[in-house]
Amino acid sequence: MENHHTSFDLAHTIEHLKHYLPSQAPLKDFIHHNTLHAFQGDPFHVAMEKATTIFGYKVYLEINEYREAYKQGKISEAAFDKALKAIISPDQRSFFRTMLLNGPSNHSTEKRIGSVRKQWKKTYKVDMDSRVHPLLFRIISSYLDQGVATWHFPIHEKGFLASIRSLENNNYSSMFRSKRVKTLLKDESLTLEMALNVLLGDEQLYEHYLFDQQFAHPGWSGMVSVLEENPKALLNQKQISLYDLMLLECLFEIDVLDDVFGTKWEPISKYLTKTPKPLFSPVTSSIDFACYKIWQNAYEWSFYDEVLGAIQSSENEKQSEPKSPDFQALFCMDDRECSIRRHIESIDANCETFGTPGHFNLEFFFQPEGGKFVTKVCPVPAQPKVLIKEVENKIKKKKDHHFSQSNNGVFGGLFLTTITGWLAPFKLAKNIVKPSVSPLTSSSSKHMDPSAKLLIQGDGTAFEDGLQVGFTVDQMTDRLEGLLRSIGLVDHFAPLVYAVGHGSTSVNNTHYAGYDCGACSGRPGSVNARVIAWIGNNPEVRKRLKERGINIPFTTHFVGALHDTSRDEMQFFDTELLNESALKLHEQKEQLFQKALANNASERSRRFMSIDSSKPTSNVHEAVKKRTVSLFEPRPELNHATNALAVVGRRSLTKSVFLDRRAFMNSYDYAIDPEGRFLETILNAVAPVAGGINLEYYFSRVDNQQLGAGSKLPHNVVGLFGVTNGIDGDLRTGLPYQMVEVHDPVRLLVIVEHFPEVVLETIKRNPGTYNWFRENWVHLVVVHPETADLYRFENEAMHAYQVPSKKVEHSSDWMDEVLSTHENIHPFIIQQ
Amino acid sequence: MEYFILILLGIPLLAFFVTLIIPKQEEYAIAAVVKTATGINFLLAIIFTIKWILNGAVNLHFNEFTILTSGHYSFYINLYADKLTFTFLLFGSLLTFLIGIFSQRYLHRESGYKRFFNVFLFFVFGFVLILFSGNFETMFIGWEILGISSFLLIAFYRERYLPVKNAVKVFSIYRIGDVGLILAMWMSHHLWGQNIAFYELDTIKGLHDTLVTHSSEATIIAILVFITASVKSAMFPFSSWLPRAMEGPTPSSAVFYGSLSVHIGAFLMLRTIHYWEDQFVVKIIIGSVGLLTFVLSNFTARVQSSIKSQIGYASIAQIGIIFIEIAAGLEVVALIHITANAFYRTYQLLISPSIVTYKIREQFYHFVPFKKTIEDSWPKRIEYTLYSLSIREWNLDSSMYRYWWVPLKKFGNLMTFLSIKRVAFFFIPVFGVGLILLSTYASMPPFYLHLLPILYGGLGMLMVLKAFTERRSVLTSWSLVIMNQAFILLAIAFNEHLSVLELSTFLSGVIISGIIGVLAIRRLKKLEKSVKLNAFYGHVYEHPKIALVFLLACLGLAGFPITPTFIGEDLLFSHIKENQLLLASMVAFSFVIDGIALIRIYSRVFLGPHIKTYHDVAKRSS
Repeated sequence: MENHHTSFDLAHTIEHLKHYLPSQAPLKDFIHHNTLHAFQGDPFHVAMEKATTIFGYKVYLEINEYREAYKQGKISEAAFDKALKAIISPDQRSFFRTMLLNGPSNHSTEKRIGSVRKQWKKTYKVDMDSRVHPLLFRIISSYLDQGVATWHFPIHEKGFLASIRSLENNNYSSMFRSKRVKTLLKDESLTLEMALNVLLGDEQLYEHYLFDQQFAHPGWSGMVSVLEENPKALLNQKQISLYDLMLLECLFEIDVLDDVFGTKWEPISKYLTKTPKPLFSPVTSSIDFACYKIWQNAYEWSFYDEVLGAIQSSENEKQSEPKSPDFQALFCMDDRECSIRRHIESIDANCETFGTPGHFNLEFFFQPEGGKFVTKVCPVPAQPKVLIKEVENKIKKKKDHHFSQSNNGVFGGLFLTTITGWLAPFKLAKNIVKPSVSPLTSSSSKHMDPSAKLLIQGDGTAFEDGLQVGFTVDQMTDRLEGLLRSIGLVDHFAPLVYAVGHGSTSVNNTHYAGYDCGACSGRPGSVNARVIAWIGNNPEVRKRLKERGINIPFTTHFVGALHDTSRDEMQFFDTELLNESALKLHEQKEQLFQKALANNASERSRRFMSIDSSKPTSNVHEAVKKRTVSLFEPRPELNHATNALAVVGRRSLTKSVFLDRRAFMNSYDYAIDPEGRFLETILNAVAPVAGGINLEYYFSRVDNQQLGAGSKLPHNVVGLFGVTNGIDGDLRTGLPYQMVEVHDPVRLLVIVEHFPEVVLETIKRNPGTYNWFRENWVHLVVVHPETADLYRFENEAMHAYQVPSKKVEHSSDWMDEVLSTHENIHPFIIQQ
Repeated sequence: MEYFILILLGIPLLAFFVTLIIPKQEEYAIAAVVKTATGINFLLAIIFTIKWILNGAVNLHFNEFTILTSGHYSFYINLYADKLTFTFLLFGSLLTFLIGIFSQRYLHRESGYKRFFNVFLFFVFGFVLILFSGNFETMFIGWEILGISSFLLIAFYRERYLPVKNAVKVFSIYRIGDVGLILAMWMSHHLWGQNIAFYELDTIKGLHDTLVTHSSEATIIAILVFITASVKSAMFPFSSWLPRAMEGPTPSSAVFYGSLSVHIGAFLMLRTIHYWEDQFVVKIIIGSVGLLTFVLSNFTARVQSSIKSQIGYASIAQIGIIFIEIAAGLEVVALIHITANAFYRTYQLLISPSIVTYKIREQFYHFVPFKKTIEDSWPKRIEYTLYSLSIREWNLDSSMYRYWWVPLKKFGNLMTFLSIKRVAFFFIPVFGVGLILLSTYASMPPFYLHLLPILYGGLGMLMVLKAFTERRSVLTSWSLVIMNQAFILLAIAFNEHLSVLELSTFLSGVIISGIIGVLAIRRLKKLEKSVKLNAFYGHVYEHPKIALVFLLACLGLAGFPITPTFIGEDLLFSHIKENQLLLASMVAFSFVIDGIALIRIYSRVFLGPHIKTYHDVAKRSS
């Protein structure tokens, strides 16, 4: 028997709530993550059915979209059959086949969330949300505001509810109408349970009610929960808690009811005829979801099979890596760098490119000169202990008075409006005709001044705010060694080795942080690239590296660079430190990069309707650059849209396969890592990072309204930390429609080149990583490095996998073909 | 030179019709039409202005043309242009041109691309028509166009709850303004015994003298006009609609709610300046409301933590000052201020998403934890009080709810007993009795002749209130609106004899729209099981065509200028005598609630989050 007196455990409920609420950071730190991370304990499809049943999320494409894909051949007959056979017993197959192809397609689902709280509307005829939300949201956003308002929330010292209390206590007016609520708030011993008791009258309903209440505005609750856990996510830190928010919301609700009925109303429990189904009670699987599951698997494997088929049949085309390459270039593993590497290689067949997380194995904080804060430039979970400072920065920051606080002064407003108002149409006209970089632009090159100096090396004794200033030589050596070994670059160094970070340029883009490097905590990777190149050139480091078995010849020079992924421009750092011959060589390579960048821009332009890709490459490139600084361009680039693959292996594995821009690529050489030591590190990052990006795109695409942010066109910036639609709405989390519209929602397929038993053993080492694979939130296929046989990871084991035979296209002048379509392109083999 | 006016009006209207027939997916074609139309209009506006100045800048008026004459009553279209017109025309056409180009790319691949530009052009047409209107009747046509296109623009994201809710809210507040204009029209009919044109006040001394001699009527007219202007320019106490109108794509908020729409109220005050320039009291009222609006909106703007509401309130604060300038007779200063404010707010809204990048960078380098503002030096209690009042927008939004919606709903809810059957059993006989009484019209004692219009007008009001609060049956609500129209007609018929022409003018639109509406609802009911008024059902997702037909029926029934009913409404007013303010108010009130009730039906049945969830459906709070 359950003990009813202790049926409500507040701490547990809050923890439970936080687990399910969106965990999206404020805009400036926007980082991709699995939107439905809370369900990750379950296998993917089980989790999907749960998420729909409990919270009403839409987690797959619409049935009609699958059918359309089937008709167009995007879902292959073979994959369809296979997916059907995999989960349906033979006697039921024909029934399911009919259901899948001709069954009803507009089935609505009931959700559990909201079932207690809807009593207000049903029984009491009170539209609670309409009356409580607008003011509640405005109070939270004013309290958390980072600098939109001119006049700030006047009290901050003692937490959210305490601040509201002092605001009310020292006031000639009140936010509340009800006397009872005013007295309740004054009482410092007031607890959430007391308020819940007034509203519900039955402890058993508390948890359900709080879920109903908070999931009526998951955006705000999620933000509060994130800031409670990590107050440092705001520059102007605020003390707030989910508890305070819920208590204040309950008070507002009592206030509304008192206002309508006086104090004579009865709590919800008096009117509930039957107890609603507990939110998290077991979910029974339905035929509808079996259908979704089959469709989704068929949809995914249709594409995977094409990729795997192409990889296998490219075996014959494989060329060995150049023995003495002209140059080598390290890029971020980011899927957007997939195509630029292909373009570089196609111009210079004798070069070598690598992929690795864009922080280049360096974990540190960066502080530009004059910066009041330090910026983390490594993966989010890392806790760096090193600070790298910039000195001698010469960039002047320009101002824009349209955001000046004086706009709301009595005379300032009048002055700014009447005088500068006249210039506005000219500014607007100029941006329409000839857009250029302005103080409004979020530009990757503003992250660091290339002419300023970085204090990279330290002796390990100087500290600032608990951070060690600069790396010691040993630390530098460790990091460089780790980097080089993980990507398999331990010998045959070319005269020039580029380390290319990436960032993005855009304007009028609230989600700008999501466009920069995820491995650098949503910042451009310029500092990391510059630092790793400096470390690579450091004679002391090279000496120690030689002792550890990696010999970098003195003829080799490292060069740091930044690739702007939206403009397709590259910036090179510290080239003045190169000697004459290296500089000369670099100047040649720079031209090669320019050409590759223009080609890359041209390839990207095929997705942009407003650009005619058949025009000369240089014109197209100009047009691509222009759109990054145009105020009216909501798509400066398409970011990670269409991502679907992660390749962990040597470049030769996929070098001759056209993967569009759909693959994260992490270089890795199984031969120097027989035990999978580096592989483990790589997969520990690939699963959550690439997997997280992939799933955020997936969910934002399939439920753009609830799990995505909807169209960005009506977005309104709130407090500098979030966006809403209009002025009364909930914060929108996830990705806007413009970022995901061309995305095909398929889970990530991780392709690893190694022996299957090593991979299996490796992924099992880290339970967190293993969970991703075991529960199928990402797929895993292993390519045997010697036989090129495929193994699919399924049910905790490796199974040999046969790709249904299908002819793979070969193409030598592929660029024209690629440019001829806006759509996704089937993988094909590039002939040299 | 007058033909310029016709071209300037004709181009957006023509472009509107052209974009209606271009297929949805032809983005380039739609955009080309919009750019050409707004571009030509901007060019023409410049040429026209230059020509006008070279010709000595005399006020122009276009020979009126009559749409309908019946006995003593005529409905004229009258066009007029003076420096006020040209100022608004210049900045208006420049902004619409720029925003047209801007939106072409900004809205790329948005599912409502075509719909946006249809409404955009319709709005521009309404705007230009108001600028050139030479009398209240013509202006009222433009006014109605602005109202309905605002509704459609705010509810652009019709699959979400808040845009639809706010669109209905704004439309309803706009309707309050419409009463002002209807009644002002009615009073000036009686004041001069004819339909008066603006230029006549300007030039014919006798007409102007009437205003001075009948100062109380003149004051009422001025105040009615001022109420209308206050609504459109978001003056106190109507301010809270403006930030709530910012639900559409940013450029439409920028050009319409940042500049064109909000300044139309100021335009109206300047246009009617001759009505009130000699009325000291009116000037004091205008100035004080302007000042009060400035103070309250300035405080409200200062505490806004969302960028669009901040710009909205900052704009209202400036318009408050503009109203003071207008009251002080500083016409030129006001025009300069209006233009600058329109430009400034449009641009501010367009670049508003950039505030994150800009301010975060600024803070990174110049961070001060808590910046002191002037308010911090005030006594705590005063500071906190002002702060919390400003956060609550000085209760302007909640008062609107408390003192306008709640009473209306309460009143309507009193009549829950009125099912469609009971309506039929009670009101049809009552109406029949009315008809019989009407046939004995000549032999009726005068006392009853006074009473009956009020009685039937009152019954009509009850019906429309019920229509407005009906939660179940769409058809009940719909029929009640039709019956309201019939009762109003009967009430007026008791008042004065109506000719067959007049009857058919009024009824033709009502009957045709009424039938179309019923057919549309019945068709929808055949296809869907949830066709009620209890929530928003979002049927436009699956039935956009039925939705469009029904919207047209709503507009027809509401007396929107697409059917003769529009003129019919004005015509009915001409039969209300000048001493019958009560009857006039009842009829005006009925028409206003009619409009709101119909838009409510349309919104609830067709807009908002779709009741079916096989596709992605937005949360109510988004």
